[in-house]
Amino acid sequence: MKFGVVVFPGSNCDADAYHAFKDALGQPTTYLWHKDHDLRGVDCVILPGGFSYGDYLRSGAIARFSPLMREVREFAGKGGLVLGICNGFQVLLELNLLPGAMLRNKRLKFLCQYVTIRVENDKTPFTRKGTKGRVLRIPIAHFDGNWYAPLETVKEVEGNGQVVFRYCDSEGRLTEESNINGSLNAVAGLMNKEGNVMGMMPHPERAVESILGSEDGLVVLHSLLENIS
Amino acid sequence: MKARILVSFKDSVLDPQGQAVRNALHTLGYEPIRDVRQGKVFDLELGGISRTEAERLLPEVAAKVLANVVIEKYTWQILED
Repeated sequence: MKFGVVVFPGSNCDADAYHAFKDALGQPTTYLWHKDHDLRGVDCVILPGGFSYGDYLRSGAIARFSPLMREVREFAGKGGLVLGICNGFQVLLELNLLPGAMLRNKRLKFLCQYVTIRVENDKTPFTRKGTKGRVLRIPIAHFDGNWYAPLETVKEVEGNGQVVFRYCDSEGRLTEESNINGSLNAVAGLMNKEGNVMGMMPHPERAVESILGSEDGLVVLHSLLENIS
Repeated sequence: MKARILVSFKDSVLDPQGQAVRNALHTLGYEPIRDVRQGKVFDLELGGISRTEAERLLPEVAAKVLANVVIEKYTWQILED
């Protein structure tokens, strides 16, 4: 399975993602320059974390207009797998490939720490190697991760089972404390209705080797590998 | 031609930065300030288009780029012809 990591000016987790998919997962992986118009035949597009265009205007707002995003939108429309991590999630929201928007974290702090998240839906291409209710320990690093959407949209998203991960405590309970950035319904990861595009604020690519402190991110990476037909 | 676009959070969206500013103002004794909503100002210089065209262009760029209409609202005005 071939993975492509999109590089924007200001991406800073592109090398982490490249390492995770190429070395930890052992799959052919390539960088995709945001100004190109070529997805190089990849099976899965990764929009990595970072500060694309310095977060100017809004996180992900300018990256959305990068030339390659036309191909990414087309790829997603045909059912291609797209995973947005952190800033990549913000870009997917700005692209309207995922519903809602990000607000500043509830306590107005940049948060850089390990969190625990719960698998809400294990019937997705991103979590089929996990089980519903499983708690994963994965780091976050963001300022704008407080997911928001109008009530109607939230209802729809919940009804469709589009919430893939929620922030929880180490026992898997949803508490106000564990909902670290204040996201509506503690949303940490979200997919589109079709289930081929997912965004998540936690960084699975930073939790793929025990030396990094956790291997829980492998659940997402290994799940993606299961999609080879 | 000069124009200004103002972008701020919709009333239904919590604005924690505005609240932090309000709290700071209260600490300084400015009690009459009941609420603060923070936003962004974009001053644009336009050229080569008529006023009518500008009146079409400004809300378009506000909705498409400058504001995220899921969470933000905008107003625009032409300041100078």
